[in-house]
Amino acid sequence: MTGRARTVGQIFAIGAVALLLGLLVWKLAFGSGGGAADQLAKGKHPAAPAFELSRLEANGSKLSLADLKGKPVIVNFWASWCIPCKDEAPALQKTYEKYRAQGLTVLGIDAQDFREDARRFTKRFGVTYPVVYDGSGSTLGKWGVTGFPETFFVDRSGRLVGERIQGGIDTERNKAAYAKGIQAALGQAQ
Amino acid sequence: MIRLLAAALVALALAGSAVAADPPRQADLEAEIVCPTCHTTLDQSSSPIATRMKAFIRARIAAGDSATQIKAKLVDQFGPAVLAEPPKRGFDLLAWLLPLATLGLGIVVVGALAWTWSRRRESNIDPQSAELDPDLERRVDEELARYED
Repeated sequence: MTGRARTVGQIFAIGAVALLLGLLVWKLAFGSGGGAADQLAKGKHPAAPAFELSRLEANGSKLSLADLKGKPVIVNFWASWCIPCKDEAPALQKTYEKYRAQGLTVLGIDAQDFREDARRFTKRFGVTYPVVYDGSGSTLGKWGVTGFPETFFVDRSGRLVGERIQGGIDTERNKAAYAKGIQAALGQAQ
Repeated sequence: MIRLLAAALVALALAGSAVAADPPRQADLEAEIVCPTCHTTLDQSSSPIATRMKAFIRARIAAGDSATQIKAKLVDQFGPAVLAEPPKRGFDLLAWLLPLATLGLGIVVVGALAWTWSRRRESNIDPQSAELDPDLERRVDEELARYED
């Protein structure tokens, strides 16, 4: 009986250690939190992670990525407290106005922010493209967003194309990638 | 006399409501709310959103909101993960119960092992070995007798 109890105890302890080691290995191997952005960085074109969020301006009215199916979309993650987001806002609005006739749309995802602050932001910068509110940041992990702003390009088939842009789209570092991303989103349809 | 008693009761009631209406403390709330970008409590963070949330709390305290109301407003904006302590209801209740259950299980396991080991030790003691060797006993008696003389 004593020997059996000791064996059970040892098995329990070894099992617990093995479980913890397994979790650590799993976390290192798969848990980088890279989301779709990681796949994109590896040259793959994963489906843009789906979401359904409430529109910033209209409480209760929802907008999902599926609603924009068939359209090239620039998905921009931002927050009103983020300074580079303020810098790039006019450039995003210009893009929307320039390419709207070709079917391209810009979709802003305001995350980890106060809704009222975000509304003030869109008014201040004259944003007319659709913006959804994700206060809890529920989309960030799936997309692999690590900071604000970040911008992704979705083609008409709903796949991510181009590069994920970290930081302002209008910075010298990102201008070329931004232009290429727009072409990739539009080009897939040609 | 009745008037005096009534006045005392009213005074007590007012004192009670004054205590209930004590405004929440900024420092307490900052220690109970998590910054969504840095995942530390607000009092440990100076990130832009943490700074904004501190200002929000200050404004709501000034507006007369209770701690519960302020927390509810923050949860409405940022989700339940903004609370440093999970709520004691629904699925989140597990976060409170599991550590207690684990502690209880640990106590039971340690107790069971201690009981098993003590029983084994008892059963390993040979009653025969508790008696002195006759030769040794005789020598001890002789030595004691010598000292008594």
